Amino acid sequence: MCRPTYYTIAYEINPWMSLRRQINRTRAMAQWNRLHRVLTRTLRARVQLLPPRPGVPDLVFTANAGLIDGRTIIRSNFRFPERQREEPIVERYFARAGFRVVRLDRRFDFEGEGDALWMNGSLLFGFRFRSDAPTHERLARLLQARVLPVELVDQYFYHLDTCFCPLDARSALWFPKAFDRYGRKVIEALAEELIDVSEADAKRFVCNAVTIDQAIVVQEGASGMLRRRLERRGFRLFPVDLSEFLKAGGSAKCLVLRLN
Amino acid sequence: MPSEIVHLRGHIVDSLILPKVLDEIMDLNGTFEILDIDIGKRKTDPSRARLRVQAASHAHLDQILRRLARLGATPIQTKDVRLVQAMKEGVFPSLFYSTTNLPTEVRFRGRWRKVHAIEMDCGIVVNPSTGEARCTPVARIRKGDWVLCGTDGVRVMPLERARAPEVFQFMGSAVSSEKPKIQLIQRLAREMRVIKRAGKKILVVAGPAVVHTGSGPYLERLIRAGFVHVLFAGNGLATHDIESALYGTSLGVRLDRGIAVKDGHDHHMRAINTIRHLGGIRPAVRRGVLKRGIMHACVRRRVPFVLSGSIRDDGPLPDVITDTLNAQDAMRAHIPGVGLALMISSTLHAIATGNMLPATVKTVCVDINPSVVTKLSDRGTFQGIGIVSDAESFLRELTRALHL
Repeated sequence: MCRPTYYTIAYEINPWMSLRRQINRTRAMAQWNRLHRVLTRTLRARVQLLPPRPGVPDLVFTANAGLIDGRTIIRSNFRFPERQREEPIVERYFARAGFRVVRLDRRFDFEGEGDALWMNGSLLFGFRFRSDAPTHERLARLLQARVLPVELVDQYFYHLDTCFCPLDARSALWFPKAFDRYGRKVIEALAEELIDVSEADAKRFVCNAVTIDQAIVVQEGASGMLRRRLERRGFRLFPVDLSEFLKAGGSAKCLVLRLN
Repeated sequence: MPSEIVHLRGHIVDSLILPKVLDEIMDLNGTFEILDIDIGKRKTDPSRARLRVQAASHAHLDQILRRLARLGATPIQTKDVRLVQAMKEGVFPSLFYSTTNLPTEVRFRGRWRKVHAIEMDCGIVVNPSTGEARCTPVARIRKGDWVLCGTDGVRVMPLERARAPEVFQFMGSAVSSEKPKIQLIQRLAREMRVIKRAGKKILVVAGPAVVHTGSGPYLERLIRAGFVHVLFAGNGLATHDIESALYGTSLGVRLDRGIAVKDGHDHHMRAINTIRHLGGIRPAVRRGVLKRGIMHACVRRRVPFVLSGSIRDDGPLPDVITDTLNAQDAMRAHIPGVGLALMISSTLHAIATGNMLPATVKTVCVDINPSVVTKLSDRGTFQGIGIVSDAESFLRELTRALHL
């Protein structure tokens, strides 16, 4: 994770961002701290911290730094120059931490775990708004795995992790309207059990959840119906208010990069 | 129709990207042809596909390509041709691209353009202001011509395999004196009728053996019935045809009796001399001196002919083009629109013609010598059949099959 010391809305690169809707720094820090506490204290996860830097406000969204594979990180190639500034920072941090850093050819846009999620042995890969379709083939070669590219069709759900969330080996949360019929077919074949979320829930970024075993850390405010469905399946929900981060188009999942 | 070849790699089948690409092309009113596809065997193996995408216009094609690029299907060839100016007349730049006889396109200023008058063993000259690409033999290169060099930006379209079995596929280019000839000739006759109806031209290349063996009248019948649109031959065929029209002999042998005539050996010289005196074959026909035969039929039926000279010619007749480069040019002028080339008993002219034809022209080579037939197919005449036979029996059977 990365502390939101310098987090702000400095540009608009997705439909959620508006320079006129600025961040409340104190509140953002409190919300982030709450998330950090839930992960470390309640769920006993170990969290490494990437030092924040001025001028790169979206560094807080560490999920986009790249994709981890063992002790290797496949670094992201950000589509927008505003976030490309994060690339050398990510590289330096991981190199110092003892990771092998792999850089894809510049031609291939790739925004890390934001667009690449493991489900049942295959890597589901979302492309269009930030990552490029041909990148999937590179990833497949590097990871020696099956990578399934699916096109994202709604600009509000511009990263895969905003509309798809693997819960365990069998089930996943998703917002079907964010995909076209091909993508839906692929996802239906991939997950045994899919839990559809409503548009209202989707816009609250419920799909952008951090899952650790049976625990789901998710934006506060999810509908009662969804909460009950998840609880019935044996999941425990940990709602956290991350509304300051929604202003930049991100939530719980975006703020975390899985190292293992 | 404008087209581009794109390729796709990765897990394109499981992810439905490949069917999606094909659906998108169709939704945008384009068409596609899968050139090759290689599907990974294990779950982790990638697949790959190469498709040709076609659209009604360049703008339309660009629209489709932009959409496909987003899905990861990108053109393979993105480079333009390399053009180098010829420094000397009649000399290609050293790295010139040497053509095949297959339909060829070149990419100039981002667009694929068809090469006109494709012929093997030539260079390609591009006009930078119009983008026109033309196949040019080395002897016709002018100083300053922009010649294509290297292989970037060139694509050659392999001929499609015929889907329905037809006479040309049936025989392939196998040469054998042991295949059923009658059936072959009948299928050839059918093919000739189809080509004639389609408005394409039938080119006949004939050697003097056609006259010597007494099959001149059969060729005449083909010409008069409109089954010959262009004739390539040499001094020999024309001379002996005229000799037979004037004297009833060919090389002094009576064609009706097969016996040599006294002093017949100079008949062909007299025939040549007569035509030279009259100024050419056409004047001889107009003046009523030449009244029958192959050349007479050509003039009456307005079938163009090109007579190319060789070093063994007597005379020659005034219509014979003695400069070989000029003769080649004259022949080339008649190639566009030819759908079928029939080469009968002529080694030299058959090979010369075979060299000039694009691979899309169907060719039939008839010769009593198997090595001539093989020689022609070895040169890469793809849609060709060879028939080992003497001219007379072939032409006799062909005219019968055509009900002439």
